[in-house]
Amino acid sequence: MSGRVLVGVKRVIDYAVKIRVKPDNSGIVTDGVKHSMNPFCEIAVEEAVKMKEKKLIKEVVAVSCGPQQSQETIRTALAMGADRGIHVEVSGKDYETLGPLQVSKIMAALAKKEDAQLIILGKQAIDDDCNQTGQMTAALLDWPQGTFASEVSLEGDKIKVVREIDGGLETIKINTPAVLTADLRLNTPRYATLPNIMKAKKKKIANVKPADLGVDLTSRLEVLRVDEPPQRQAGMKVETVEDLVGKLKESGKV
Amino acid sequence: MAVVGSLSRIARLGSDICRNHRLMLGRISQRRGIASCIDPAYGLTDEQKEFQKVAFDFAANEMAPHMAEWDQKEIFPVETMRKAAQLGFGGIYVQPDVGGSGLSRLDTSVIFEALSTGCVSTTAYISIHNMCAWMIDTFGNNEQREKFCPDLCSMEKFASYCLTEPGSGSDAASLLTSARREGDHYILNGSKAFISGGGDTDVYVVMCRTGSKGPKGISCLVVEKGTPGLNFGKKEKKVGWNSQPTRAVIFEDCAVPVTNLLGVEGQGFNIAMKGLNGGRINIASCSLGAAHASVLLAKDHLLVRKQFGETLANNQFLQFKLAEMATKLVASRLLVREAATALQEKRADAVSLCSMAKLFVTDECFNICNQALQMHGGYGYLKDYAVQQYVRDIRVHQILEGTNEVMRMIISRNLLAES
Repeated sequence: MSGRVLVGVKRVIDYAVKIRVKPDNSGIVTDGVKHSMNPFCEIAVEEAVKMKEKKLIKEVVAVSCGPQQSQETIRTALAMGADRGIHVEVSGKDYETLGPLQVSKIMAALAKKEDAQLIILGKQAIDDDCNQTGQMTAALLDWPQGTFASEVSLEGDKIKVVREIDGGLETIKINTPAVLTADLRLNTPRYATLPNIMKAKKKKIANVKPADLGVDLTSRLEVLRVDEPPQRQAGMKVETVEDLVGKLKESGKV
Repeated sequence: MAVVGSLSRIARLGSDICRNHRLMLGRISQRRGIASCIDPAYGLTDEQKEFQKVAFDFAANEMAPHMAEWDQKEIFPVETMRKAAQLGFGGIYVQPDVGGSGLSRLDTSVIFEALSTGCVSTTAYISIHNMCAWMIDTFGNNEQREKFCPDLCSMEKFASYCLTEPGSGSDAASLLTSARREGDHYILNGSKAFISGGGDTDVYVVMCRTGSKGPKGISCLVVEKGTPGLNFGKKEKKVGWNSQPTRAVIFEDCAVPVTNLLGVEGQGFNIAMKGLNGGRINIASCSLGAAHASVLLAKDHLLVRKQFGETLANNQFLQFKLAEMATKLVASRLLVREAATALQEKRADAVSLCSMAKLFVTDECFNICNQALQMHGGYGYLKDYAVQQYVRDIRVHQILEGTNEVMRMIISRNLLAES
């Protein structure tokens, strides 16, 4: 057992920024907009670092797919306690069409190359809300998956995962190697400390190209148009239940 | 894949994160420095941006939600400050071998500017604490450094800087607190006024008279709480800076071991002034943070408040006023950062530049915060709105660590000196 954990970290538009749609409706304005690590990825990094502190695993490797700026996101993971980083360079058109399918192929290839025992991802990214990468990665590797994890405990060579599902909480036990995706209540990510930020400077970030991993980045999806959600309309008051049913039928909702 | 960035989704996630990280999305987005031309991250190295990010996050999560309560209930937030110390904020420019973070003056300025957006008063106290830790680190011998610095850097113990007396403020060198040598102790008699943290802190860095009149007769002694003869006056009631207690510190035949002398006899005034050079950059940085937060609050208010059929943001006078505020903010920031660099590099103009920075920045930033309050109209005067607290808290920055009048003295002395 290598004791190595891969953690995927995605660079996204900061959650507090007001998003604006490009005038040509082709996408979202990202130039000059503040970016940071996806909040669920922060939770994933924290979980991995906690496992290392408890000596349950030996090494935490932070992985990010994207342009040059993705290295900032990896540095943040290093400052939180990851040991080293891997930056998979994807830029330009490839980056615009990069989605869960491509990232999961990359993660699967890296997992084999790095002999990883565990992959921890955020449950979803706050820009596309796909909630697919973890599941696809597990499928490509034919590994078990513990998604929406709100509690994780390593028990020998198995992992007990408490999952947040629609009906409540589900507890499962899965074999390793496995893929986990972090949900909100899994932990509270630590602040990087000043000494750790300085130590992070010395940690290595390896550069890898998707082609080196034998991954084909072609997208099967094409974005046709991006629009803002419709402006919220005023409601209206009705006098009787019959009126209400009538209006619901009119608007096609019933 | 249609990426629809809806405000409601951000708000929903925000409220999720809210529960976990105790954020208030609306208030916090205002202070995370997300706006264009006044972004405080410009010109910084990647590492400095990381420091700044931690400080902003800490300010938004741990300080801003409590800022009003700490002010109204006059709470000295010991636990929060200890959390800050765990991140390395207890001795930012103290050397690592005694527990400090070993960062530069510029790194320090960036950090205090960011922290200040969460609570000016608490950040200002943290900066005073840092100044004291640095003085012991720099002028203390190894025993003193090892005895005091680790606890100060972790904020296991808190520090106070004692220079001002009832009879000597701007004329600091005329201080009267005496330290008479008797065997292996100095016996202190006298009192200090307006001491930040006084009564609640553990380590007092005291400038006292061991020799004759003037600056050369002054020495610097470290006095520990609990020493017999060390007493405190009543807690002062202040307009701002309410999250730190301010008291007179009174010495009545207080015996302090000779081993607590920092440096040598007669060096005290020099130590005090060197401490203040950095202190002035720190205080100016705190003013910057408050001004930055206030500009963001004013901007948000202008975008929301409507009068005469349109938002205030459509009013040209207010647009121009906001532009002036932003310009002065950026100018202030550049001056502070340059002063920090000059001090770090021990440049010949460091002392003057620190004085200029303190003078210009505390004045301009107060005006910015005051103007931001005005833009809020009547709401700006209510304690429900944060802008009034920024105004009240930074008003005193024009007075302490050397009044802005004393800053002018230092600068004119430099200009008019015979070379």
